[in-house]
Amino acid sequence: MAQMNMIQALNSAMDVAMGRDPNVVILGQDVGFFGGVFRCTDGLQRKYGEHRVLDTPIAEGGIIGAALGMGVNGLRPVAEVQFADYVYPAYDQIVSELARLRYRSAGDFHAPVTVRMPCGGGIRGGQTHSQSPEVLFAHVCGLKVAIPSNPYDAKGLLIGAIEDDDPVILLEPKRLYNGPFDGDPNKPAVSWGTHPKGEVPVEHYTVPFGRAEVVRAGTQMTIIAYGTMVHVVAAAAQAMGFDAEIIDVRSIVPLDVDTLCNSVCKTGRCVIAHEATRFAGFGAELAATVMENCFWNLEAPIQRVAGWDTPYPHAFEWEYFPGQTRVSLALKAVMEPA
Amino acid sequence: MSNPSRLHVPEPPARPGQPPDFSYLQLSPAGALPRPETGASWREVGSLAFGLIRVLDDSHRAVGAWDPHIAPENLRLGLRHMLLTRLFDDRMVRHQRQGKLSFYMKSTGEEAVSVAAGMALEPGDMLFPAYRNQGLQVVRGRRLVDLMCQLLSNTGDMCRGRQLPVMYHSAPAKLFSISGNLATQLPQAVGWAMAAAIKGEEHIASTWTGEGSSAEADFHYALLFASVYRAPVLINVVNNQWAISTFQGTAGGEQNSFAARGPAYGMPGLRVDGNDFLAVYAATRWAADRARNGGGATVVELVTYRAGAHSTSDDPARYRPRDEPEHWPLGDPIERLKLHLMGLGEWSEARHQELSAELDAQVSAEWKEALTFGTMSDGPRLNRDLMFEDVFKELPEHLRRQRELLRAELAGSP
Repeated sequence: MAQMNMIQALNSAMDVAMGRDPNVVILGQDVGFFGGVFRCTDGLQRKYGEHRVLDTPIAEGGIIGAALGMGVNGLRPVAEVQFADYVYPAYDQIVSELARLRYRSAGDFHAPVTVRMPCGGGIRGGQTHSQSPEVLFAHVCGLKVAIPSNPYDAKGLLIGAIEDDDPVILLEPKRLYNGPFDGDPNKPAVSWGTHPKGEVPVEHYTVPFGRAEVVRAGTQMTIIAYGTMVHVVAAAAQAMGFDAEIIDVRSIVPLDVDTLCNSVCKTGRCVIAHEATRFAGFGAELAATVMENCFWNLEAPIQRVAGWDTPYPHAFEWEYFPGQTRVSLALKAVMEPA
Repeated sequence: MSNPSRLHVPEPPARPGQPPDFSYLQLSPAGALPRPETGASWREVGSLAFGLIRVLDDSHRAVGAWDPHIAPENLRLGLRHMLLTRLFDDRMVRHQRQGKLSFYMKSTGEEAVSVAAGMALEPGDMLFPAYRNQGLQVVRGRRLVDLMCQLLSNTGDMCRGRQLPVMYHSAPAKLFSISGNLATQLPQAVGWAMAAAIKGEEHIASTWTGEGSSAEADFHYALLFASVYRAPVLINVVNNQWAISTFQGTAGGEQNSFAARGPAYGMPGLRVDGNDFLAVYAATRWAADRARNGGGATVVELVTYRAGAHSTSDDPARYRPRDEPEHWPLGDPIERLKLHLMGLGEWSEARHQELSAELDAQVSAEWKEALTFGTMSDGPRLNRDLMFEDVFKELPEHLRRQRELLRAELAGSP
């Protein structure tokens, strides 16, 4: 075990995967010599050579298209898109090609590509460096989609993604890269050194896809969250004094319906929180799933907490971000339905 | 003095009712262009992006430095592949008209583009075709019955009924899965070639797109990545003059050749008579040798003409002169190779008729066999359960549930 922040954990995941399998390669903007703008690939080019850690042109569609071709030719590419906000030029290659290659070729071709991208706000990124586009991938058949909330899961999910024969989208909440974040930007930054999930094995392990984690057992309500919001909802529930069961979804595709719904059927109340915009957000899918499976156990309407349905504004970052106040209002509402 | 800018909207030389006009085409006489060493720098071969590499002259003799000197039996094989491709295409269009296929796209007039290139490449080279490259399938020895089963989405369909007709693939034949989203295969082919170079393998990749699809961002990504990493790949632009109803000028062909995009990215660009079997073969071999010897990628523009409709869903008489195909100045690839072989004393009209009849009978026999795997209206059908497979490597729980729901739906339970 070692103390790692999420950047170091992701770096360790790629290091472990590259050390075990010579076919694992990394490509993306600034990932090589410089080690990535967030330093996630720091030192890997020096260790594994420039044939395995490739600096690419600023061309996300080219990065994913080339990664797909490499995957077809036996490599296991890990493509970094510098910000999730930049993924859209690659969207056709991801949606029409990567996600459906196995299907359209009846299993004769596949490309085991992992696409990493930092997502989410809270870093003064404005509307082009703060987005959470997970639902745009969750809606696409053939992609696995995961969002870690801590270094331990980040490493385990990334190794699992690289070793998976299906394409995986890994969204990394960049506000969590250096430490957990409870939604209050005025508090001093906290490091992962204070968090149990900052303890990360140096060796190989995986966190399975399709398994949510109950991060806090509770009786009064179930709060379903992922990424940064796992920490925000935990802080809000504690501040409000609710005995909430908090579930970190971790992998939104495949989705661990049983863990989510068993919990809601037990507590009878459900709050869903994500940073992404509300309308047709992944919370809508979660709410529908809970409703279909737990309707007769529900004591109150399901509450959704999300970003507003606007772009992420630079000047009003904290009014946009679904912080503890917004979460608290939802917790109250689910306990005392009007 | 004011000279305000005016929006320029490219117009084809002729629309329906107007006389066909191909005067815009820059032609070079056969044999006129030099053939540089394959190791030459792209600057030295720059002129090849603007002239037209041609081997067969007007009297169907092979002339000049680009003559690939192919043995007559291989020329006859090329003729056979092209003729089979054409007869197959014609028959499939007929079956579409009879309602036996939902859709078809023929390659009539463009057979040399695929067949000559396919023959010039090595069997281990990976091909990333577009949707009008059926000649590659034929060259790589795919049985027509396999292609027909794909067209029919029947129980013999290699795609398990998931793709529109003509979107074939074959892993063992190294023919990549064809996509209906245009030009996506280009950066993929480059990535495949990059992987080959990373692994130190000798195989190269070759990919095709139409001149219309060269407008896609993927085309430019592909050229850039191919150039930056000197990927061993051939990027072929099949300039058949028409992207459905839109002429090649709208894709940028009015101001410059498509081959010229190669030198713009620091790679050779070869502009080739795409209806000249020998020229296509020679240019492909040149670019392939260059790639195989570490020289990186080449852009090959194949100047040809889409003699038929874009697909069975459009009528070309609505957007171009009805008699335009007859005025195409570069002739027909099958006719030209046939006359070349006859000039060599290696072929005759009688042998041609005989071959034609033989291949036609083959198409009939294979169609009959394909129908035994099911048709659109009767016979065996694919199992509906297959719909849920291959989305992921393993069937996930939510798809297992949906498969059960479909089973119940089909069983008629409320």
